Amino acid sequence: MTQTPQNYSAANEKTAFVSERSRWDRVKLTLGKSPWTARFGMIVILFYVILGLFAPWIAPYGEAEVFAVPFAPWDATHVFGTDQIGRDILSRLIYGARNTVGIALATTLLSFIIGGGLGLVAAINRSYLDQLLSRGVDVLMAIPSLIFALVLLSIFGSSAINLIIIIAVLDATRVFRLTRSVAVNVVVMEYVEAARLRGEGLGWVMRREILPNIMPPLVAEFGLRFCFVFLTIAALSFLGVGIQPPTADWGSMVRENASLIQFAQYDIKAGLTPLLPASAIALLTVAVNFVVDWFLHHTSGIKDTPK
Amino acid sequence: MHPVLKTVVQRLGLGLVTLFIVSIIIFAAIELLPGDFGEAVLGQAATEDTVAAFRRELGLDKPAVLRYVDWIAGAVQGDLGNSFSGRSSSGVDRSRPVVDLIGPRLWNTMFLASFTAVIAVPLALFLGISAALYRNSIYDRVVNAMTLTTISFPEFFVAYILILVLTSLWPIFPSLSNISPDADLLDRLYRSAMPALTLTLVIVAHMMRMTRAAIINLLASPYIQMARLSGASQREVILKHALPNAWAPIATVIAFNLAYLVVGVVVVEVVFVYPGVGQLMVDAVSSRDIPVVQACALIFAATYIILNLIADIIGIVTNPKLLHPK
Amino acid sequence: MNDILLDIKGLKIQGWSDEKWHPIIKGVDLTLRRGQVMGLIGESGAGKSTLGLAAMGFTQPGCQITDGSIVFDGVDLAKLSDAEKRKYWGNRMTYVAQSAAASFNPAHRLIDQTVASTVRFGISSEAEAKADARTLYGALNLPHADTIGDRYPHQVSGGQLQRVMTAMAMSPRPDLIIFDEPTTALDVTTQVEVLRAMRKIVEEFNTAAIYITHDLAVVAQMADVIKVLRYGQEVEEADTRTMLAAPKEDYTKSLWSVRALQKEERPKQDNILSVKNVSASYGKVPVLHNVSIDVPRGSTVSVVGESGSGKSTVARVITGLLPQRDGVVEYQGMSLPAKLNDRNKDQKKRIQMIYQMADTAMNPRQTVREIIGRPLEFYLGLTGRAKEERVRELLSMIELDDRFIDRLPSELSGGQKQRICIARALAAEPELIICDEVTSALDQIVQEGILKLLMRLQTELNLSYLFITHDISTVRAISDHVVVMQLGRVVEQGTKDAVFQPPHDPYTDLLLSSVPEMDPDWLTNLKLPELT
Repeated sequence: MTQTPQNYSAANEKTAFVSERSRWDRVKLTLGKSPWTARFGMIVILFYVILGLFAPWIAPYGEAEVFAVPFAPWDATHVFGTDQIGRDILSRLIYGARNTVGIALATTLLSFIIGGGLGLVAAINRSYLDQLLSRGVDVLMAIPSLIFALVLLSIFGSSAINLIIIIAVLDATRVFRLTRSVAVNVVVMEYVEAARLRGEGLGWVMRREILPNIMPPLVAEFGLRFCFVFLTIAALSFLGVGIQPPTADWGSMVRENASLIQFAQYDIKAGLTPLLPASAIALLTVAVNFVVDWFLHHTSGIKDTPK
Repeated sequence: MHPVLKTVVQRLGLGLVTLFIVSIIIFAAIELLPGDFGEAVLGQAATEDTVAAFRRELGLDKPAVLRYVDWIAGAVQGDLGNSFSGRSSSGVDRSRPVVDLIGPRLWNTMFLASFTAVIAVPLALFLGISAALYRNSIYDRVVNAMTLTTISFPEFFVAYILILVLTSLWPIFPSLSNISPDADLLDRLYRSAMPALTLTLVIVAHMMRMTRAAIINLLASPYIQMARLSGASQREVILKHALPNAWAPIATVIAFNLAYLVVGVVVVEVVFVYPGVGQLMVDAVSSRDIPVVQACALIFAATYIILNLIADIIGIVTNPKLLHPK
Repeated sequence: MNDILLDIKGLKIQGWSDEKWHPIIKGVDLTLRRGQVMGLIGESGAGKSTLGLAAMGFTQPGCQITDGSIVFDGVDLAKLSDAEKRKYWGNRMTYVAQSAAASFNPAHRLIDQTVASTVRFGISSEAEAKADARTLYGALNLPHADTIGDRYPHQVSGGQLQRVMTAMAMSPRPDLIIFDEPTTALDVTTQVEVLRAMRKIVEEFNTAAIYITHDLAVVAQMADVIKVLRYGQEVEEADTRTMLAAPKEDYTKSLWSVRALQKEERPKQDNILSVKNVSASYGKVPVLHNVSIDVPRGSTVSVVGESGSGKSTVARVITGLLPQRDGVVEYQGMSLPAKLNDRNKDQKKRIQMIYQMADTAMNPRQTVREIIGRPLEFYLGLTGRAKEERVRELLSMIELDDRFIDRLPSELSGGQKQRICIARALAAEPELIICDEVTSALDQIVQEGILKLLMRLQTELNLSYLFITHDISTVRAISDHVVVMQLGRVVEQGTKDAVFQPPHDPYTDLLLSSVPEMDPDWLTNLKLPELT
């Protein structure tokens, strides 16, 4: 005996929405709907990538090439003038894209490998190892990371490698926390339980069931962590304990040319010179933040009503 | 024992343990120094005797545990050892006690931080709460875009823009904050205006965004909709229904940002040559003056831990589930 | 005096999602007389809650009224500003929400929240309102009616909170109360008490009400008239007795389709699984006490109980997720290792599991092909064309076709998702499938489809099911054997007929008699057994 309407069939049940599009179509569709801030951000990031990759071909002069006149004004030979020992500012700005961004990127990658890996292990393990790691991270995070970095740099000295390792390890604590908390939510999902019941190995569960589902928040976090690392390294370099001369670096460039700002009344261009590397830093972080903001909004599915 | 008291005591205990472990980590820093740092501090010409005497003074001949006990006992009594600087290869020791170096500067830094907090906290709370209440309005969007931009700026960028505008092009404030110990309050405020303004801009952006998120989260609770459905006005919803539950998230936001202020102060002090602990620490790092670095780190870390502790305790004592146990 | 209290005409509401406006209510009329109780019934997505709120002139954030009028006692609420509407809310119309636990402000005492709007609108003084609230608590059978109001929300149980919320709705003596699924989150034995209390008080004060639910039997007890909604439109409206006796539309009939399912007698076979004297605990908290259950081959054993009865824990012990402290689980006469990791692939393959929430049971990043294909590859070593063909075969077994093979779970409906989970379990070619509340999250008509599918598969493949559920009508529809659990113990078990025919164990008696029936007089005539 059945009372189901005659036209009922499981295959015709109404679905939330059906879109049989390829991944590439989805990417195109998503990009097409992105706000101007996100597009602006993406263009800026692309610009920096090109500058960083092709610096030697784009820059008019060498990274550490010294000219006769220090603090030369802006003119045709030196578009943004020269610095305190006579190096071309524009060229150093372009090389800075390679050094400053490169070091920050390497640091962020390293911190994700350490923090992300341990966070995943802790989320799956959930026993003494998780306890040990989590308590350890709690203590490390009780010290402000810039302060901790200063202590460690005073001991090990400032070299690019030391800088990368120290900042990466300190930042890994935050990556660890995020990865762990996101992964813990995925680990308790029934599809992970189903995989375990099936008898799947740990590697498979991690790679196929957990990782794809924690990627969106981790990608967004990568952007935010990159900004944070980038600003921390810039601050340390500005303080003179980060990236060391003669490497062209935006943080140190601000410090080296800071005194020019006092001449702004007489020559506004000279006054603007120390702001150039600073705005190079700011522009990139703004761009990354815009893209991450849009990405988070898009993947979290927050629905705002237009008003 | 009442659950609130119990939880508070537990939290205090945890804070103490954290502080203890952090002090060990900071102390252990000196253990990691390379073996020849005695020569590095005293100079190439130092004789073996002076180096040995220096190592004895640091207690490097004693076991580490014993030295830690000495160091922390001294720190509690206000003795943080002697600075490395001022020593010479000849053995003449003009080094000063770390406490004398830090004392007046600590006062200056606290002054700057409180000055900033007094402006920044109310301003950020106002902006954050109003943006949350008028969510998605033009006002909200503008404030949001502005703060997103500001948090992307390095502190020194904000600082130099302000210097360019307010001291170089239109000289309203002094660009250097050289404060003499006997300056009166008005003079102090005037000379600290630039660093305080910089810090305010940076902090307000962070704090406003976090406040907005916390309030929006709160306003999405079903009991807020229920309050609206029982005819409560916007004002009543906010004051009677949202606010009593908002203390914990707001306290967390404030503590987090004041802790951030502690760090932001380092860069800003250097930019404005403000005679505070942050600048001292950066100088000490450059010259690898470990006792000073340790002392500064200990102060910063302790402040940070205590601020977070206070926020947690506010969260505990305003939690109705703990206040009124079953 | 005008007899019509609420008159909604041509109401249209739309909601914002996926960057577009979607219609939620597509032109609905609703007329409610003073003192009348209307049941609003429909499945998920029917728009019944949106309509209920709209009756107060309220729309959720992200929704807006685009057309129509909502005339309450001569005033069109759709034309009023929020400030003007607030004079009605909490005064002449009140609201009872589904989740009382989330809808009470954790920071204030219950009695203060109960009387807040009554005092605000000056209906009575605070002292009077509080005295009245205590009387209402008593009328609603709340324990310690004089003092319960001094407690905070987290200090009382869910069933009690729901009654306090009813008192709060009644406190200003409104003309209209909207009940929005007020008993859905409660266990049946708690639900019956709350229903009784709500009906009593609505009758006593002759208040008009709109009662929103998806459960026809519940609404039959409460409402004078019933309106059936689907996809934002009215299907039909009739007075309760007519609706139950002679529904006009096929769709309305389908709302109790599960109750109409009947299972054929299965031939008796040997026991495939025996749980013998099993005790288990989470940490130090014991959850199962000396539980014994037999599952005969090719039959369905239902384990029924309320929340906290330990019925899902039984499944965790059988699958090895929670090793038992005591007792054995025997599979075809052989003892199974307690821990999952100690079981071999074949043992894992023979027992498969289907979950309540198909949403969380499938990896949202895998397509149907990957989800069904993995066990084929893992257990049976199928690859390439053989695997692909088997996936298609399985899809047709669950009455879906090749179109679905490349979809992600998010592109499937609730019923389709659960079918894919069934296919994944079938892919392992198991002998026993544990079904943990597999239909509780689904609409009636979809439930019926899933249950029929499971029964068909049982006949075709001689499968055994251990069916864990709290829903008695499902148990009646599909079981051969029934196990009743309470607080970690088996209180009664036997064939379906034996368990459902008196005499019962007292708890079984309470459980069975608490399930609302499709009879408007059921609640009136109900005499609940006393538990000793």
